Amino acid sequence: MIIEHPLLGPRDAAEFVYLGDAAMIDRPDGMTVDDTGMHDYMYLRDNPAGDIRELWYHEQGDRSWLVVTRNTITHEITKVELARDVARRSGRSR
Amino acid sequence: MSQPNRIAGGQIDDKHALSFRWNGRNLTGYAGDTLASALLANGIRLVGRSFKYHRPRGIFSSGSEEPNALVQLREGAAQEPNTRATMVELFDGLVATSQNHRGALEWDLLAINDLISPLLSAGFYYKTFMWPKAFWEKLYEPVIRSAAGLGRLSELADPDIYDHGFLHCDLLVIGAGPAGLTAARAAARAGCRVILADEDFRMGGRLNAETHAVADMPGAEWASATCAELASMPNVRMMPRTTIYGAFDHGIYGGIERKTDHLVDSAGKPRQVLWRIMSKRALLCAGATERSIAFANNDRPGVMLAGGVRSYVNRYGVAPGQQVAVFTNNSDGLRTAADLEAKGIAVSAVIDARKGDAVIDTSGRKGLRSLRLNDGRKISADCLAVSGGWSPNVNLTCHHRGRPVWNDGIMGFVPAGDLPPGLSVAGAANGTMTLASVIAEAHDAAKMIACDLGHARGAGKAPTSSDETYEASAIWHVGGSQARAWVDLQNDVTTKDIKQSMEEGFQAVEHVKRYTTLGMATDQGKTSNTLGIAIMAAASGNAIPDTGTTVYRPPYTPVSIGAFAGRSRGKDFRPFRLTPSHEWALANGADFVETGMWLRAQWFKRPGEAGWRDSVDREVAMTRASVGICDVTTLGKIDIQGRDAAEFLNRVYSNPFLKLPVGKVRYGLMLREDGIVYDDGTCARLAETHYVMTTTTANAGTVFRKLEFARQCLWPDLDVHLISTTDGWAQFAVAGPNSRALLSKVVDSMDLSNEAFPFMACSECRVFGGTPARLFRISFSGELAYEIAVPARYGHAMMGALMQVGEEFNAVPYGTEALGVMRIEKGHAAGNELNGQTTAHMLGLGGMVSRKKDSIGSKLSERPEMIRDDGLRLVGFRPVDRTQMLSAGAHFLEKGAPADMAHDQGWMTSVAYSPELGHSIGIGYLKRGGERFGETVRAYSPVRNQDIMVEICSPHHIDPEGERQRG
Repeated sequence: MIIEHPLLGPRDAAEFVYLGDAAMIDRPDGMTVDDTGMHDYMYLRDNPAGDIRELWYHEQGDRSWLVVTRNTITHEITKVELARDVARRSGRSR
Repeated sequence: MSQPNRIAGGQIDDKHALSFRWNGRNLTGYAGDTLASALLANGIRLVGRSFKYHRPRGIFSSGSEEPNALVQLREGAAQEPNTRATMVELFDGLVATSQNHRGALEWDLLAINDLISPLLSAGFYYKTFMWPKAFWEKLYEPVIRSAAGLGRLSELADPDIYDHGFLHCDLLVIGAGPAGLTAARAAARAGCRVILADEDFRMGGRLNAETHAVADMPGAEWASATCAELASMPNVRMMPRTTIYGAFDHGIYGGIERKTDHLVDSAGKPRQVLWRIMSKRALLCAGATERSIAFANNDRPGVMLAGGVRSYVNRYGVAPGQQVAVFTNNSDGLRTAADLEAKGIAVSAVIDARKGDAVIDTSGRKGLRSLRLNDGRKISADCLAVSGGWSPNVNLTCHHRGRPVWNDGIMGFVPAGDLPPGLSVAGAANGTMTLASVIAEAHDAAKMIACDLGHARGAGKAPTSSDETYEASAIWHVGGSQARAWVDLQNDVTTKDIKQSMEEGFQAVEHVKRYTTLGMATDQGKTSNTLGIAIMAAASGNAIPDTGTTVYRPPYTPVSIGAFAGRSRGKDFRPFRLTPSHEWALANGADFVETGMWLRAQWFKRPGEAGWRDSVDREVAMTRASVGICDVTTLGKIDIQGRDAAEFLNRVYSNPFLKLPVGKVRYGLMLREDGIVYDDGTCARLAETHYVMTTTTANAGTVFRKLEFARQCLWPDLDVHLISTTDGWAQFAVAGPNSRALLSKVVDSMDLSNEAFPFMACSECRVFGGTPARLFRISFSGELAYEIAVPARYGHAMMGALMQVGEEFNAVPYGTEALGVMRIEKGHAAGNELNGQTTAHMLGLGGMVSRKKDSIGSKLSERPEMIRDDGLRLVGFRPVDRTQMLSAGAHFLEKGAPADMAHDQGWMTSVAYSPELGHSIGIGYLKRGGERFGETVRAYSPVRNQDIMVEICSPHHIDPEGERQRG
């Protein structure tokens, strides 16, 4: 597998560590969320046959967390973004 | 030495004789031979025994599809079983033996299996060895184990080197037959960076084996001229002896190059190289594989594929027999007779199934002697060239789940449209079966690829060639005999097995495969799969396309495990990391232990000490009495800086961190988001915006990864930056009542009094007259203790200097074992306690999870099950009989309660002998443990055969008030 790193260009998958669904970015605030909300964030994942957005960490590289959009059927990677940009776009800041 | 079956011609160098050994006999072949062709040249037909029935078997093909001629190559540690003789390039000094027989190959004792074959039919494992149940382990399994399997492993370490490498190209051409050579030339001329890979040591594919003409010269000559042209081009990499074994994601192909397999000695060079080839485009020109026809006793030595026969005659100058018959269901097989006659080899019959003729049985005990035809004729033949048609080598087109489709015109499966992205197919692999059209198709495909990639230089013209027609017919199986007709030669699967599988309800193609083991041998059914499917179709009355195919997966041909491992073997798989004081420890009697990736001193043995306990007890006692020094560099260190560093720490630790003053250290507890304890350590505030976090040795990498996740993904605008400094600083624990006195002589002009530098203080400082350092007053041992860090390059010198200064205090170095004893005495949790099921409450640290803030894991740590009052708590234990030794892993039971899970009260996590207390101590988790000090319970360890009574106590066995560390 080759991941097109937004800053570093095409990199071999062996340089990365995989975490899972990019929904992990959308962590609710523990002070305001109810039990169900935090439970769902922690445990519920979609398992699509098709496009999935997932988190990859460039551990053997620049240590960027990336959001990779990958098709689970074909393994085609259609988009790679810095997770920080994705987080900011979904309203996360401080 | 004479080679009775050697004939003139071919692409061998008869000026260059090579001697080799086969089953102890010294034989001669020529450069350019394979082991198979050299054996045939020497008149050797019987080369092995079949897998199940131990039938005599001979060389069946001339390529990588070979199902029969599997041999043990080389001797001693380098011995390699199941090597296909057809793929072994002959070299001087080669040694090979046959396999899968007891006693001599000619008189195999296990040939008895052939007589009891009705017992060994399809699914016999599932039927025969079911009962009585107790027989499996004692009788069936050992017997099957000793009889099963083809070759034998040497069981010695592989002495050879294997390498890994990466390659990049515009176009990878897979296969260097007429299609591959044409395509590579066209693409290279157009300006593409081309890799041309072929599994053979001589490129040219079938051109070397046939008598076709290309560009008005013999095909083999054109092939070598084209190879020469390609080799001279700077944008082409020629890779003979290289099998492309798999098509992976994003244009990556796996290739295995046999670098020195054809040399008697690899002379320190890699034997094989596993290449990861990154291609923009790939063109599969893998050709086609001939298949057999199922007729009675079609497995005798001497029965060969017709294409293989032509290959031996034309390429290797070997007559596979003196009297050859030809049996074919297609037009291609007929060329065999012409080629044989051109070489003066007698052709005893040409049996064309399309005219209704057929071979219905064969005879000849150790090799073919005669054939019986359906018209009653008996034909003498010591070799039968069989052609059941050609199956395109579609394997790589299916590695991304693609399924080939049936083509009635060529009677074979051809690639469908669902190819791996970037892969195209040309030539016989694509179902294009005649030479001129193969060349034209490959040329056009390469031109189009070059054009797609923006290479517009002239690709030249495709070479002209002779052409022929190809007609195949649907004749798969010849009936008329009760004897077995083989489909899969390597796994001994016959037409009867397939029919029986269908009758017994295993009818889907994947079921038949597993029930009969059709196509599951090391050849993966290259010569048998299509035939098997055709026989299934006939048995079920379905058409072949409705019967389907099994899934093709990598590797295309076997790849040795050594090649996958590459250099990552033995200690190179996971090299040790050495601590800065390693050399010092080595010189001072240390025994070492692996902790995570690190090699750490476990204890330092002194003269006169009989066992490890003597050393450890001394180290503990002397540390607690005076001072001890331990290298703790392996703990993870993360440098955290930024205006929001405090806020960041407050969110990743469960306890509060906002108010930690500069110059102070705090213990930090880190949870996973699900509320389970993840890691713990200390965090020191060196300056307003500068912290140093420590983690456990084991989690140094993953804590850092999680912190980066929190920083980048959860709170992207916090001003905080992280860097791992684990390797940057050498850190030493200096523990014991004299630690202050010792360090006072080490640290430059700094007041270390309890008032100026109290427990949990930290500071940057200098040591030994100017060396930068960091000093932390923290204690894992429970003693008055410090940790002092210097840049790693001073680590070795620092250890020596600390010990030298410490001489007047009788300072001792201590290892991980004494460290462990002291932390158990003190009741500090470590790896044994933090096992991925531990909650803060279990550690008695429930109060550390702040409810006033959000931190990772805080919300889910409040789940009722995780904070129940009657749950497990970490407590201490001592044996009621103080002379007994506790066992880690023992489970706690109420006195008199049965020893089962229903009555389980918890378990012992860590035990040690406490030199200070003079008896064994332990810590562990016990239900309601916090309320039960003074009670006694059973500590039951069936694995250690121990059942003793223990007293429950505080986990802080020594100095529970912490007066020493604060003093």
